[in-house]
Amino acid sequence: MCNAGRPLGVYLSMDDLPESDADNDAVMLAAIVEDIDAGFAGMVRAYQRVVYSVALRVGAGADADDLAAECFLRAYRALLGYDRSRILALRPRSWLLTILLNTWRNTVRGASRRPAVAMADVPERPAPGPTVEDVVTGSETRGELGALVSALPENQRLAVVLRHVVELPVAEIAAVMRIPEGTVKSHVSRGLARLREQYAKEVVR
Amino acid sequence: MTGEDSHDPLALRLGGLAVAPPRDLTGSVYGDWTRVDGPVGELLVAFTEVGVSYIRTAASVGDDDDTFRERFHALFQRPLRRASDVPAGLRQALRGHGAAGVAVDLRVLTPFERDVLTATREIPTGQTRPYAWVAHAIGRPKAVRAVGTALGNNPVPLLIPCHRVTRSDGSLGQYVFGAEVKERLLRAEETNVDELLDLARSRVAYVGSGGVYCYPTCTRARTAADPRGLRTLAAARAAGLRPCELCTPAG
Repeated sequence: MCNAGRPLGVYLSMDDLPESDADNDAVMLAAIVEDIDAGFAGMVRAYQRVVYSVALRVGAGADADDLAAECFLRAYRALLGYDRSRILALRPRSWLLTILLNTWRNTVRGASRRPAVAMADVPERPAPGPTVEDVVTGSETRGELGALVSALPENQRLAVVLRHVVELPVAEIAAVMRIPEGTVKSHVSRGLARLREQYAKEVVR
Repeated sequence: MTGEDSHDPLALRLGGLAVAPPRDLTGSVYGDWTRVDGPVGELLVAFTEVGVSYIRTAASVGDDDDTFRERFHALFQRPLRRASDVPAGLRQALRGHGAAGVAVDLRVLTPFERDVLTATREIPTGQTRPYAWVAHAIGRPKAVRAVGTALGNNPVPLLIPCHRVTRSDGSLGQYVFGAEVKERLLRAEETNVDELLDLARSRVAYVGSGGVYCYPTCTRARTAADPRGLRTLAAARAAGLRPCELCTPAG
C-alpha cells in the first residue's frame, strides 16, 4: 500500500499491444505533444471506460467517477512536466492505471486518518446494485457479481479486475501492480476460484 | 482452469462488469471558457462542472486570449477549452440580478480564502463593508490584512463582489482590476460613492439612528429620519446604541 512516491511512468515495449491500439496511442500522444489542451481530450475519451471500470470495480463505488476524473487530472499535470520524448514513449493505458491505483490508495489511506470524509469506507463498500437497465436487459447479476468482486482481498481483486473486467495482458498487469507475472497469475486464479465458489453459493440460494 | 480461458463463463461475466462512466469525463477534467459582456467591458470567464472558476476583464489581460489561458493554467493546472455556451444565470448576474445564485468553483482556494469570499458574497448590492467586517464575519477578527490579500486574489470578481469591501477609514481601497474600476462598479450599483468619501473625510465610520448604529450604506441608515455620524464603535456604545442586526457593524 505504500507506493505513493513511485514514479508515474510505466515503460513497456509497443510490441505488447495489438497494432491498432499502438497506432491509435501514437496518434493520440503526438496530438498531446502538439497541443496538450487540444490533445488531452483524446486520451480521456480513449481510456475513460477502462479507468472508470477499474475505479468502480476495485471498490470506489459511487465515487468511481470522481476518482477516475482525479486520475485524468493528475495525468494532465504530470504531462505538463514531461518533455516530448517522454510523452511519445508513454504506454497510456498502463500509465493511467498506475496513476489511478496510486490515487485510489492515497485517497483511501488519507481517508482512514480522517474517518469523517466521504471515501472513508471505500474498501468495504459493495458495488452499486443493479440498475433499471440491468434488470431490463437481464444482466442483473452484474450487481451481485460486482459485490463479490469487491469483497475479494485487495491483490486478488486488482488482478481479477485488470485481467477479466478490462482484459489487460498479464505482462501489463504485472507492470501496473509492480509484481512478477507469476504472482499476477496466481492472484488471478485464486481470485477466480474464490469467486466461483461464492458465486455458486449465491446462485444456489 | 487457470483464468486464461476466455470461454470460461465466469470470466465472460466479469467482462460484463466493464462499463462506461455515467458522464463524459472530459467535462470533469476540462475548464471551459468564453467571452461575455460585463458591467466594465467584456469579460473572459472560465467555468467547470462545479461552477464559475475564473473571471478577468478583457482589459486586465490586454484583450489577449493567450494571456488569459496562461493565467488560468498557472492557477488551476487544468486543460482549458473554448465553450460555446455561458453558465446558467451568468449574463443576468452581470446585469445585476441574481449573482448569489450562480454556482462558483472555489476548490483551488484555501479554506480561509473560501470563508472570506463566502462572507463577502453576503454583502447586498449597493452597500459596502470594511475589511474588518469580513474578518469578524469569518470569526478571524484580527486577520484584517489577510482578508485584504484573500480578496485581492478573488478568482471570480463581480460574481463575488469584493468591490463592495472597503477600507475601515471609509476610503474605497484597492481592487483586483484597479481602484478606478472599483469606483465605477460601485457607482453602477448606485452606491452613493460621493457620500461615502465625504464621510471618510470627516472620519465618520458609522451612522446612529433610532437606538442602533449601522454602516453608512445599510438600508436602515439610508432611510433613517435622524441620522448622526459616529467615528468609532466606542462612541456608538457610549451613546447607548446597539449594533444593527441588518448590517452587523464590527471593527
